[in-house]
Amino acid sequence: MKVRAYALQAAIVAAVLLALYGLATLVAAKMRGLGVEPGFGFLWQRAGFDIGDTLIAFDAADTYGRAFLVGLLNTVSVAAVAIVASLGLGGALGLGQLARNRLLARLCEAYVELFRNVPLLLQVLIVYVLLIGRLPLPQEAWSLGPDVWLSKSGLALPWPTFTDVGLMLERPVLGRFTFSGGAMLTPEFLSVAAALTLFTAAYIAEVVRGSVQAVSRRQTEAAQALGLNDAQTLRFVVVPQALRSMIPPLANQLLNLIKNSSLAVAVGYPDLVAVADTTLNQSGHAVECIAIIMAVYLTLSLITAALMGGWHGRLLRQQGGYP
Amino acid sequence: MKTALIAVIAIASALSSVPAHAGKTADAIRARGQLACGVSTGVAGFSAADSKGEWRGMDVDFCRALAAAVLKDPSKVRWSPLTSQQRFTALQSGEIDILSRNTTWTLGRDAGQGLVYAGYMFIDGQGFLVHKRSKVNEARQLNGAEICVQTGTTTEKNLAEFARANRIQFKTLMFENLRAVLKAFFSGRCQAFTADASALASIRANDSGKPEDYVVLPDRISKEPLGPVVRRGDEDWFALVRWAIFALLEAEERGITRANVDTVRQRSDDPAVQRLLGVSEDVGKPLGLDREWVYRMLKAVGNYGEIFERNVGPESLLQLPRGINALPRDGGVMYSPPLR
Ligand SMILES: N[C@@H](CCC(=O)N[C@@H](CS)C(=O)NCC(=O)O)C(=O)O
Repeated sequence: MKVRAYALQAAIVAAVLLALYGLATLVAAKMRGLGVEPGFGFLWQRAGFDIGDTLIAFDAADTYGRAFLVGLLNTVSVAAVAIVASLGLGGALGLGQLARNRLLARLCEAYVELFRNVPLLLQVLIVYVLLIGRLPLPQEAWSLGPDVWLSKSGLALPWPTFTDVGLMLERPVLGRFTFSGGAMLTPEFLSVAAALTLFTAAYIAEVVRGSVQAVSRRQTEAAQALGLNDAQTLRFVVVPQALRSMIPPLANQLLNLIKNSSLAVAVGYPDLVAVADTTLNQSGHAVECIAIIMAVYLTLSLITAALMGGWHGRLLRQQGGYP
Repeated sequence: MKTALIAVIAIASALSSVPAHAGKTADAIRARGQLACGVSTGVAGFSAADSKGEWRGMDVDFCRALAAAVLKDPSKVRWSPLTSQQRFTALQSGEIDILSRNTTWTLGRDAGQGLVYAGYMFIDGQGFLVHKRSKVNEARQLNGAEICVQTGTTTEKNLAEFARANRIQFKTLMFENLRAVLKAFFSGRCQAFTADASALASIRANDSGKPEDYVVLPDRISKEPLGPVVRRGDEDWFALVRWAIFALLEAEERGITRANVDTVRQRSDDPAVQRLLGVSEDVGKPLGLDREWVYRMLKAVGNYGEIFERNVGPESLLQLPRGINALPRDGGVMYSPPLR
């Protein structure tokens, strides 16, 4: 029996691989017909375009490969910021929906309904247009503290940099057009991070609410009978139990968030997809660029799923499995 | 997203491997009863839908002329608005028969991508649009500025080269969509917008809301010969498109206009004119067309000069001088080989 099952699986895998190989050969032949040499060698060619928002140094003389790295880092950084922020906001909203205070609960519910039902793309665009429309020109930037400036160019901040005399805090200075030096969180970055946070928080709130409600009421009653107050009940009794059922759907939300970050293209934030689109267009290597996008998102998703899965497993072990 | 979709279509079409043999495109157009014409998503004067949804502009008129030549009806065109990013994939995949959309003729595009340019419609150069309050008079003064640019263009590469050559630095903001880039520029997000100077003139006149607040700087940092593109592998269709441009130029050279074409056809005894209009010889046959194809093009949109004047010329919204796009006798380079 076992042998036959294995043989069948091997045959299926072989068939899939063969189909993929056939597909790749056909696509490669068609590309050669168009005068494009298929393959990933182009990643070592000179990109020839500049990218404005980068975490690592990049200019037009660098390669397409490095451009992809810039895009990947931008995707990861905007997603990481949004994950942390949406977990915080979503957790608070989820608990808020269950608050005894009616007004607070209704407000949280209203938030969830609003942000869950407006398409994310629209939210990104609205935040972006508000930012670049309402913020002042760099020359009239709002001061938000020592050396912190908010303007149409973004949020300029002091940033530590290495100099001859050691680590120094570099301050942003206003030039003829905009700020330079220090760090700049651009409106493109801010709007993508903010919209991803606001949108995903609404879903996370629902996950949190559902998981908390799924914890039996008797647990709460028992905790209160033991003399725990509301906050203690939540912290020591409800949340630890709710977490177990919360993590798998939470992982889904985080995976969605990572993939949704590709909407950055709409506001010109140079994430992986934006860089890949530009490269695809300039180099003609469409199929390879799409393959890279797919591979990167798949990897990011698998990593996230593995981390969340690991956390879930550890929690189950600590708590001794399902009751 | 649309890029991904088009890429999928490209792959799918790679699999079905549509044969691109001689004459196939024109046959397909006739069978379909429509010319599939790729245009921009909206650059007034070149290709833009007006308030009634009617497409207008030089690039649009050229497709109408082709429809008049091939299908005997200038209205039989299906318009595909395409961003800079989408345009080549749309053509490669067979979604459109021709890309007639401010697209620069470069070696890489003409030879390396399965595409081929049929000629010039408008010879241009890259410029910068700035707000007057910036008090910038030439491009080099933009050192340190944030510059908006649309991706998938020659523009973004020229910009990077210009900065390097002049040892200055820009912060480049790249957008895929023209509306997004315009929103960013007119909101003051970037201090300059760079594109083909003709497109900048169009955007200043048509999209800024306040043309008097904006200037196109005098610098032209690149060569941008714009012209229609077709797929490689169908020489007959390529020849037809190329000679359609020449015929429109030849008509201007011979003084044949939309208004006088009927009288000229009846009265003129100039052999070149008689030939062009199919009175004496048949200049349609080698192209797989009938002898009246040029006549129909002129009836539909007029000669090259008329197309230019109506859409982008000094009297139009864009107010562009004819300049290098004039006929050779007027100091330009718009030359047509003999139509015989
Ligand atoms: N001529 C340049 C630029 C052409 C181009 O696409 N320009 C933009 C900026 S004005 C445009 O026309 N966009 C219209 C659109 O995307 O619909 C090229 O061929 O790369």
